[in-house]
Amino acid sequence: MYPPSFRYYRASSVAEAIALLQREPEARLLAGGHSLLPAMKLRLAAPPALIDIGRIPELRGIRRRDDGWAIGAMTTHREIEFSDLPLLAEVAAHVADPPVRNRGTIGGSLAHADPGADYPAAVLALGATIKAVGPGGERSIPADDFFQGLFTTSLQQGEVLTEVHLPALGHGWGWAYEKFPHPASGYAVVGVAAVVQAEGGAARQVRVGITGAAQSAFRARQVEERLTGRPMDEGAVRSAIEGAFEPDQLLSDPFASADYRAALCQALCRRALLRAWQRATT
Amino acid sequence: MVQATGRRYIGAAIKRKEDPRFITGRGTYVDDLAPPGTVYAAMVRSPYPHARIRSIDTRRAREMPGVLAVFTGADLEGVNPNPVGWLVPELRAVPYPVMARDRVRYVGEIVAVAIAEDRYLAEDAAQAVEVDYEPLPAVGDATKAVQAGAPAVHDQVPDNVAFRLPFGDQAAVDAAFTTAQRVVRLELVNQRLVPSAIEPRAALASYDPATDQLTLWLTSQNPHLIRLLLSAFVLGLPEHKVRVISPDVGGGFGSKIPLYSEECIVAWAARRLGRPVKWTAKRSESFLSDRHGRDHHTVAEMALDGEGRVTALRVRTVANLGAYLSTLGPAIPTWAYIPLLSGQYVIPHIYAEVVGAYTNTPPTDAYRGAGRPEACYLIERLMDVAARELGLDPAEFRRRNFVPPDRFPYQTSVAVVYDSGNYPGALDKALALADYQGMRRQQEEARREGRYVGIGISCYIEACGFAPSKLVGQLGAQAGLWESALVRAHPTGRVTVLTGAHSHGQGHETTFAQIVAEELGISLDDVEIVHGDSGAIPMGMGTYGSRSLAVGGSAIVRALERVKDKARRIAAHLLEAAPEDVELREGRFYVRGVPDRGVDWAAVALQAYLAHNLPEGMEPGLEASAFYDPENFTFPFGTHISMVEVDPETGLVKVLRYVAVDDAGNIINPLVFEGQVHGGIAQGVGQALLEWGRFDEDGTPLAASFMEYALPRASHLPSFKTDVQVTPCPHNPLGAKGIGEAGTIAATPCIVNAVVDALSPLGIRHLDTPLTPPRVWEAIRQARARQA
Repeated sequence: MYPPSFRYYRASSVAEAIALLQREPEARLLAGGHSLLPAMKLRLAAPPALIDIGRIPELRGIRRRDDGWAIGAMTTHREIEFSDLPLLAEVAAHVADPPVRNRGTIGGSLAHADPGADYPAAVLALGATIKAVGPGGERSIPADDFFQGLFTTSLQQGEVLTEVHLPALGHGWGWAYEKFPHPASGYAVVGVAAVVQAEGGAARQVRVGITGAAQSAFRARQVEERLTGRPMDEGAVRSAIEGAFEPDQLLSDPFASADYRAALCQALCRRALLRAWQRATT
Repeated sequence: MVQATGRRYIGAAIKRKEDPRFITGRGTYVDDLAPPGTVYAAMVRSPYPHARIRSIDTRRAREMPGVLAVFTGADLEGVNPNPVGWLVPELRAVPYPVMARDRVRYVGEIVAVAIAEDRYLAEDAAQAVEVDYEPLPAVGDATKAVQAGAPAVHDQVPDNVAFRLPFGDQAAVDAAFTTAQRVVRLELVNQRLVPSAIEPRAALASYDPATDQLTLWLTSQNPHLIRLLLSAFVLGLPEHKVRVISPDVGGGFGSKIPLYSEECIVAWAARRLGRPVKWTAKRSESFLSDRHGRDHHTVAEMALDGEGRVTALRVRTVANLGAYLSTLGPAIPTWAYIPLLSGQYVIPHIYAEVVGAYTNTPPTDAYRGAGRPEACYLIERLMDVAARELGLDPAEFRRRNFVPPDRFPYQTSVAVVYDSGNYPGALDKALALADYQGMRRQQEEARREGRYVGIGISCYIEACGFAPSKLVGQLGAQAGLWESALVRAHPTGRVTVLTGAHSHGQGHETTFAQIVAEELGISLDDVEIVHGDSGAIPMGMGTYGSRSLAVGGSAIVRALERVKDKARRIAAHLLEAAPEDVELREGRFYVRGVPDRGVDWAAVALQAYLAHNLPEGMEPGLEASAFYDPENFTFPFGTHISMVEVDPETGLVKVLRYVAVDDAGNIINPLVFEGQVHGGIAQGVGQALLEWGRFDEDGTPLAASFMEYALPRASHLPSFKTDVQVTPCPHNPLGAKGIGEAGTIAATPCIVNAVVDALSPLGIRHLDTPLTPPRVWEAIRQARARQA
């Protein structure tokens, strides 16, 4: 595990990180380092420089806001796991193992956009907003527009992901995350995050984010539409997920075929929706 | 002076003496060592399963700062191929060069080495070596390799058949099948496994030109054997000028038995460069370059009479040997496999044919159990399938076919003679411990709820301590399989034992010391076990095949007997009694029947070295060595029972319960015993459910990291419930048999039998391992489609 040599910078502020990125356009940002450093050690990635943003105070921590929460990009999985953030605390408990969760960060994970990462399903289901700052200023990217494909996001060259905004989920909301981890890597073969709002015995809003199944996380819009405005009993959920996942849209690899992933999408979608509904209605 | 303790050590659950060192990070592993001037080696490995090497350009790498040298196969003039340590009849052996010259035959084969002042520079230089490959057609699967038209791995073996070994009376087996009331047939795969010891392999070589001494520190299970192979065969050096030290070693599981290319390369390079050279495997290299285990494809048929008794067994196995023959490669699928095919059962006629195939994959060799798990898996799966087809309970069907307790020693139809056993005893104990009837009731309830719960039984047999040397020589071993020990009493009465066995997790520093402490009546702390250094220990065969206690421990007992005999004669002289009237009890020699006339062990030891008052003509000193060559293998056995539940939506198998009753003869340390059982079960569950050293058709590895290759974790396992039965080994002085591999052998069929039992309502009769969730799900899907 011996990476090639590289230059190392430690930024003390977001502004400094942006300036360093302009000076070293080929550099990669180093957050918790739990995806990037293994790739470098295996010599699958060989950036000439790393800009460490892991110790910038302004990027750290969870803040309550009027309309929800703001999570600093360098907040660790462990901090999120032990927070009272809706859905995200549950999801963080599924990320890798405790040593990784102590170092890995939500911003690093989202920017890396691994197809088997857990957070993408959650931010889609939550309708989160991702904040990025670049030389041209700051912009907010809806989670729905963020994931663009395999290890690809809508972040642009020179931008730093700084914050994740979650909307407040009050009374009547429920959520759940169901994951089938790869027995070796621990990544999601399929992970399904469901968020529902119950009102008068029916589902007012339904959002389902799915990770692991395709090149990047996606929303199960057909399932959401079929269920919106109805009571979510087992029968309704079963018929809503029927035929909702086409294997030809899904990943296939030596461990799991697309057919298998489609079956997992169905099973985990049902389990996540019913659990979210139960939470929303009790 | 040592004090007598009066304590019993044999059979005591003593915490391991070595553990404080390990758990506080004070162990000394090869990679912890760096003599002054050490330089670092990085290997250039083939990315192709099969290719011609057109050219290798090392110029850019050689010119990088900090790089001492880059060597290719062409530079290794005078280095001989890595030899095969076990021959089978009509073996078509091919040379295994330590570095490829003009052709590579598996992904990971070494084509060059870069040596630099630090490991980073060495890796940079290795990456800068430019190799021009011409890819060739390749074959990864053994059954495909032996089919007509498959690419030849070696030109001189165009059909890829390294050997074809028939064994047994084919005509008698054919006749038994002709008259059989029922024949059960099963085709099964024993998938390839990657041993994955926690400490990666490492090799450090240092050459002293003043004395012409070459010292190697290796992660080896058998340093003396490596010294012999490396000096006499590969490098052509005088054996007495080569010293091999295996310090603390973090697990082996068989993967650290063979002589490896990297070890030969650093040994050669240290002499060439005059600097100590070190190589430590990266985990990604371990996947490609450690010897793998298993990889069989088998078709087996069992003949039965009208009473549900097995009358014959016919087995055809194709074993994947990889691209070259590893040190014990040919022995594993033959002599470590065929003699175990009778299991715990009376099977009057057995015929087996094993084909060893060359493929474009890394070589295979011993992996925990080594041949015996493959045999046990086959027989225990067949027993289950047969019981189901006969409509018999699997426990009852096994009981009907057991070798009865009164028939030991039992001559099997596959050459070996079982030393001792009580198979129904272990089965009954396991059934009671598991509450088998209760399990079956729970299963019925679960089935009524539409759940898939299954129960698996496996009655395993293992063979440890392959012996005697004369027999293994007849079977093709190029070495004897005895063990040596030297017991040295110091003037204080403290004792150092030099053993040829090697501990890389087994706990010998504790269990061997328990034997000595018990025999001499002294404290465990007054006994030191030294192992793993060919410069200190006269001779040794090392540790593998669960042989250490039965063979190495017995050698210690024999040497101790000699030491005690001399000490008794000294004591008798001091007590003015006849030696035959003197006995050693709890650290003191007494004249029999006169309890107040005695002399302490320590006083006798002191007198042995003072030599002021020794019997007439006796030499001073108090030490003795012994070479112990057992008269037979030992045959541990037991019954394991598991209960699993399958989630039909995801195919996930959850192990709900696991019960093990093991009988390995007398037990020295129950804690160490149980630890071996636990680890073994975990590895067996790993083969059943998780681990898969997978290659595509042309030999490209598909699971070459822990991102794809799944090892069992605590969360995959339930809390085990274990118990023992003790049927002593009748032919060694300890009465002990060996427990190192039992769990691994038993657990795989135990789990698979349970999963198949769970899915039997769907008409599923067999599933090949590993039973990964996607595979189980697919099997359920197909079974439901068939039923619909």
